[in-house]
Amino acid sequence: MPDQLLYAMEVTLNGLMAGVMYALVALGFVLIYKASGIFNYAQGVLALFAALTLVGIQQGQVPFAHVINAITGGHLESFGWQLPSVLAIGLTAGVMVLLAIVIEKLVLKHLVGQAEIILFMATIGLAYFLEGFGDVMWGADIKTLDVGLPQGINETLESVTDGLFGYGFFIDNLDVVAALVAVALVTALTLFSQYSKQGRALRAVADDHQAALSVGISLRFIWVLVWSIAGIVALVAGIMWGSKSGVQFSLSLIALKALPVLMLGGFTSIPGAIVGGLIIGMGEKLFEFFLGPLIGGATENWFAYVLALVFLVFRPQGLFGERIIERV
Amino acid sequence: MKKTFAALVAAAITATALPASADLVVPNLSYRTGPFAAGGIPYADGFNDYFTLLNERDGGIGGEKVVVPECETAYNTEKGVECYESTKGMGALAYNPLSTGITYQLIPKMAADGITLYTPGYGRTSAANGKVFEWVFNYPANYWDGASVAVKYLLDQSGGSLEGKKISLLYHNSAYGKEPIRTLEELAKKHGFKLTTLPIDSPGQEQKSQWLQVRRDKPDYVLFWGWGVMNQVAIQEAANIKFPMDHFIGIWWSGSENDVKPAGAGANGYKALTMHGVGTDYPIYADLKKYVYDPGKASGPAEAEGSVIYSRGMYAAVVIAEAIRKAQELAGHANVNAAEVRNGFEALEITDARMAELGLPNFGQPFAATCADHGGPGGAMIQQWDAAAGKWTLVTDFIAPDKDVLDPLIAADSEAYAKEAGLTERCK
Repeated sequence: MPDQLLYAMEVTLNGLMAGVMYALVALGFVLIYKASGIFNYAQGVLALFAALTLVGIQQGQVPFAHVINAITGGHLESFGWQLPSVLAIGLTAGVMVLLAIVIEKLVLKHLVGQAEIILFMATIGLAYFLEGFGDVMWGADIKTLDVGLPQGINETLESVTDGLFGYGFFIDNLDVVAALVAVALVTALTLFSQYSKQGRALRAVADDHQAALSVGISLRFIWVLVWSIAGIVALVAGIMWGSKSGVQFSLSLIALKALPVLMLGGFTSIPGAIVGGLIIGMGEKLFEFFLGPLIGGATENWFAYVLALVFLVFRPQGLFGERIIERV
Repeated sequence: MKKTFAALVAAAITATALPASADLVVPNLSYRTGPFAAGGIPYADGFNDYFTLLNERDGGIGGEKVVVPECETAYNTEKGVECYESTKGMGALAYNPLSTGITYQLIPKMAADGITLYTPGYGRTSAANGKVFEWVFNYPANYWDGASVAVKYLLDQSGGSLEGKKISLLYHNSAYGKEPIRTLEELAKKHGFKLTTLPIDSPGQEQKSQWLQVRRDKPDYVLFWGWGVMNQVAIQEAANIKFPMDHFIGIWWSGSENDVKPAGAGANGYKALTMHGVGTDYPIYADLKKYVYDPGKASGPAEAEGSVIYSRGMYAAVVIAEAIRKAQELAGHANVNAAEVRNGFEALEITDARMAELGLPNFGQPFAATCADHGGPGGAMIQQWDAAAGKWTLVTDFIAPDKDVLDPLIAADSEAYAKEAGLTERCK
């Protein structure tokens, strides 16, 4: 088989895996938009906050240590424990649920009935607040996140493809785990929304707020529920991305990778987020592979948006989004 | 009551924001937020702590207190320029913005305003030519020095010849990352190696394409010009594809503890350039502990003290302080102005003996600026990460850059700038 074809196959595979990582971020946006019509600008920061909290809890870091030390003149730093990863993840999920309750009580509750743009603005404020709050709570230094996920080349795939084609494909074990987690997450979310009482309520709210309210569904409960789920999805995204780069401010920028995915997959479809992620991931990697060298490289950031725009022209609601027709 | 409160608030703001008229003002354009904060914070802390030490221990410089107003740039060029505009009126004597993008914007502005721009190890490389860049200084080393030192080191590692070797440059797709390309192209011609350049868009969290290409191309060495999250991801990706880490060499902005720790054992053997020493095994730290850390006057957390980037911020402050001291000596008075401080920068000589007096023996290379030479000797050392010990180890002494290649490049680039800006050469 020609080398270029083998390389293209490897690039495609890695693009699909990168797409799964993008989709993990996009899922959080979709959940909140679907249930409340809010484009949650703070989703990337939620991932950062979740990852910071996970590292802090796991390593026994004293929250607000710098502030406490500055006021008291003390030298508080650590509680001195190192929690098992599963327990730390569970506790962090609890913190994300708590955060959802606080967001609902302090922000969303007061904005019921407001225009969507107002809610969007509120999430911008929330993003900047959480960014600073996370810094003050856990510090701005880069933190190493280790929850035992495997990293590095998948040697099984490498040896199998080497035997088949005479060239061993690279794929990162972390990406394989991310793909499995994404499948589990989408399955769980689908089962939840199809077969649980709360899931049905969530779909009813997504369909029509007023109608849902008229049959006794609590909008406030649904908002807490959906922000909690989005927070937990953000935690998963934060773990995957943070394992690769360490936990630091730039984790919040992974939201930029999710936007073209949403444009392409649609803002209201969970499968759309996954399929959109795969198309964007594969498309940007293949474009970089074939045409990047001819035009100076570093094409991925902008090409993802170009690809999404092309889809928008032909399907404004995205691949799987709901088509809304408003008649006069 | 309201008026009294307002007056009190106004007085408090005025008292904290504005330096007393006799103070020496050295603004700190820092970035404690944004994707590059992990590097910006320790740098700003090292910078602040050294001036705090001078104030607390010596009563300032020449009896004048140093005021270091901080302004947040978030490594954003527009914000950096705003910071400059908002602080220059305080009587600023010199700026060190720690951003090549901001530097490029400030070069013409600061020349017009008559304030010194000090960019150690970053910024516009050809500003080393003092004949053209009267108000910019970038000693002791610049990017082109770094590129040349890296290639000289690789020559040494390859038995004196790079003929037919493949070297890839992975770089931050910005003014900063593009700086070494021209030099490396010249060095590729001179030494016969094949250079491949691979840009990575900021911030650099996703680099799979670039590392797949490295895996396919199998270069003998990879040089790396990264910053921020790009560094941690690149080192992790290099470990993932099993690239030999001792053949992966970063510029000094890609060689801090922050960059290697997230990759754990995978980062073992990674190399980076450095233009100064690291760690707290210098006499100055006894004074810092006594006058700054223990009294609770440190700018940041204790764990950053002695780290690579903290040391670099402190080194920048040391040089600026020495330039001010020189300016005071030349002017014959302590309350020097910006023009006099520029003269101090241009007449500055830092010897090994002076570094020892400052409590930093063998920390940096000695240099002496002249009217024409604002760039210094340009030497750098190679350090290697020992993941098990969790520390950098120096594997070479200072390596001098290839001035035969660099000087003509600096002359050509600065002359082009002079022509474009309508400047006539000085120092004749």
